[in-house]
Amino acid sequence: MALALKETFSEKTNKALGVNSEDAKLTLTYLSLAFIILFLGGTLGLLQGLNRAGLLELPSWLNYYQVLTAHGILLVVVFTTLFMVGYFYSGVSHTLGGLLPKVRKIAWTALGSMLFGVALVAATVFMGEASVMYTFYPPMQASPWFYIGLVFVVLGVWLAAFGVFISAANWKKRNRGQHLPMFSFFAVGGFLLLFLGSLGVTAEVLMLIPWAFGWTETVNVMLSRTLFWAFGHTAVNVWYLVAVSAWYVAVPKIIGGRTFSDTLARVVVILSVILNVPGGFHHQIIDPAIGEGIKFMHVFMSLSISLPSLLTAFAMFAIFERAGRKKGAKGLLGWIKKLPWGDVRFLAPMIAMITFIPAGAGGIAQTNNQLNQVVHNSLWIVGHFHLTVGVTVALTFFGITYWLIPYLSKRELTPKLNKLGVIQTLMWTVGMYLMAGAMHWVGLLGSPRRTSFSTYGDHATALGWSPYLFSLAIGGTLLFLAVVLMVYIAFHLMFKAPKGNTEFPIAEPEDDAAPTPQWTERWGLWIVIAFAIISMGYVIPVVDMIVNAPPGSPPFRTW
Amino acid sequence: MKMHRAEEIWLVISVGVLILSMVVTGYQAFAMDMAPPSHKETIDPQKVDQTAPFDNPGVFQTEEGKYEVVMTLQIFSFTPNKIEVPAGSEVTFTMTSKDVVHGFQIAGTNVNAMVMPGHIQKITQTFEEPGEYLILCNEYCGAGHQMMSTTITVK
Repeated sequence: MALALKETFSEKTNKALGVNSEDAKLTLTYLSLAFIILFLGGTLGLLQGLNRAGLLELPSWLNYYQVLTAHGILLVVVFTTLFMVGYFYSGVSHTLGGLLPKVRKIAWTALGSMLFGVALVAATVFMGEASVMYTFYPPMQASPWFYIGLVFVVLGVWLAAFGVFISAANWKKRNRGQHLPMFSFFAVGGFLLLFLGSLGVTAEVLMLIPWAFGWTETVNVMLSRTLFWAFGHTAVNVWYLVAVSAWYVAVPKIIGGRTFSDTLARVVVILSVILNVPGGFHHQIIDPAIGEGIKFMHVFMSLSISLPSLLTAFAMFAIFERAGRKKGAKGLLGWIKKLPWGDVRFLAPMIAMITFIPAGAGGIAQTNNQLNQVVHNSLWIVGHFHLTVGVTVALTFFGITYWLIPYLSKRELTPKLNKLGVIQTLMWTVGMYLMAGAMHWVGLLGSPRRTSFSTYGDHATALGWSPYLFSLAIGGTLLFLAVVLMVYIAFHLMFKAPKGNTEFPIAEPEDDAAPTPQWTERWGLWIVIAFAIISMGYVIPVVDMIVNAPPGSPPFRTW
Repeated sequence: MKMHRAEEIWLVISVGVLILSMVVTGYQAFAMDMAPPSHKETIDPQKVDQTAPFDNPGVFQTEEGKYEVVMTLQIFSFTPNKIEVPAGSEVTFTMTSKDVVHGFQIAGTNVNAMVMPGHIQKITQTFEEPGEYLILCNEYCGAGHQMMSTTITVK
């Protein structure tokens, strides 16, 4: 009882005095590193874009494929993970009344493990020992230390995940019968999905390490690839879920609105956790060794992932319309004018959401088997994930930065910095649309992904791609400038912006909102269903790949 | 959870679109024989040169207007290369990899297939339009990946 009182007290002081300084330090460290990684990854992206258009020749000690491997891993895994952990931990601290000391310790250990892992991975890539891309498909074999680095990254992610689970369980014990606050509900869902998604790749990496040391001679190529994609696609959907959490929790508050439906938001989290993992299979639609029937079943499994997004799309526009009408908007579309377009904390996530309309539609199209065959491994795909991860996820993360960093550093977003943020958002948007637009179009014409500049012996077809690749390079250059601006803004908000009070925006439910049903809290059931769906997707093909496997492949080092 | 009427309509329409796309995809795959390449034969990846038919790669006429191209993919080339077929031919490519994962794509057509070591992949295309088509590897396979290409000439 005394303990419970003390805890409630700490929750109250947390609300009154703002963030616990030790929790603030934790998140600010994660975010600083995330933005440093964004700068490195963005610089590599610029080099790549210029090379791909034939405008820049890269030196042999830092060739295109090293740059591409590092760009992919740094931005799609490291930047996103660091941001996710930093952001979710700050929100867990805020909504659950401060982090427990042991959870804080877990989060620092997680950071150490991830950084050690990333250092190993980056070192092997830059030494030319691991030009194997983000997907590291065997039988191409990197240095064993590359895979060991990945193990430490995964270990860090798991520690961070369990820190959040412990926080949530502890809060539930102290607040029996109450719903976990929505922000923390998203954090639990996001980390649970990341954990489920990482199981496959962990199994793969544990097979690859003894092979890379030469203790086993051959490797099962199809199995490795399948286990990778159980992670590869789930990961990006985790980053998307992180972005969605800010749309439901923070954005309504920023525009002066209320949450649409607490239950709906929780259903979106639950569906995302349950449905996502088998989605990775659509990366293998034109693979051998998988039958047409299984591939067709996976069209269904992949399309089902879009269901939570369709629910979100409706909810978001409903929130905007209600908020606009409350401010006196008239007519069918008058509410659009009432939205705070000049406020970067709204503008950035709003463009992120709007972009998910074409990006999600493209995803739905390309997961249908025959349409996938048209664009598989073409630049279309690269365009697709630069819209989803590069705009929808990244711009939402930037939008979060404008309030999260000043909240933690006890500073304020000034009108001047807000303006700079608007400029950054527009530069990013124009750059990404130029680049991703060109990638989509030239991909349809047949230009492949993951290749350095090539005219294929001056073949007329390939020469016809040049203007699009030039547009790609212009977009990439604009994006690099936008990265520099964003990193400047982030550190300015951390160390230079004027002192002040910034709130952590948490939207409130409507006054007449229906209570959220208790079944939303049944995590045990969701995990069981998730495993059932993962089994539906994977048991038959994986068993087939093991039982009917050809003799394994010896290692190759082809770079 | 009580749903707004408009939300119900929205969900019915959007789920309807998803189902329609599945029906079209399924119909094309199973009734029109347009399913993506999914061949299931295997081969010892270290004995490709000694295993039929890959011990003798080349272009073979199987019947009037039909050809089979038996092809190996290896860093950073296709064997055979510079293929020629008459216009209107139906060509089946039977492929495997001698080393790492490769991709087989003919730019300007829907021919696109992953080619893995240990697995045999097949894909069929009818070439109606004469011309010199660009064949390229679309899966990163190493330092010379950007040079891995050849052509198929349709006369």
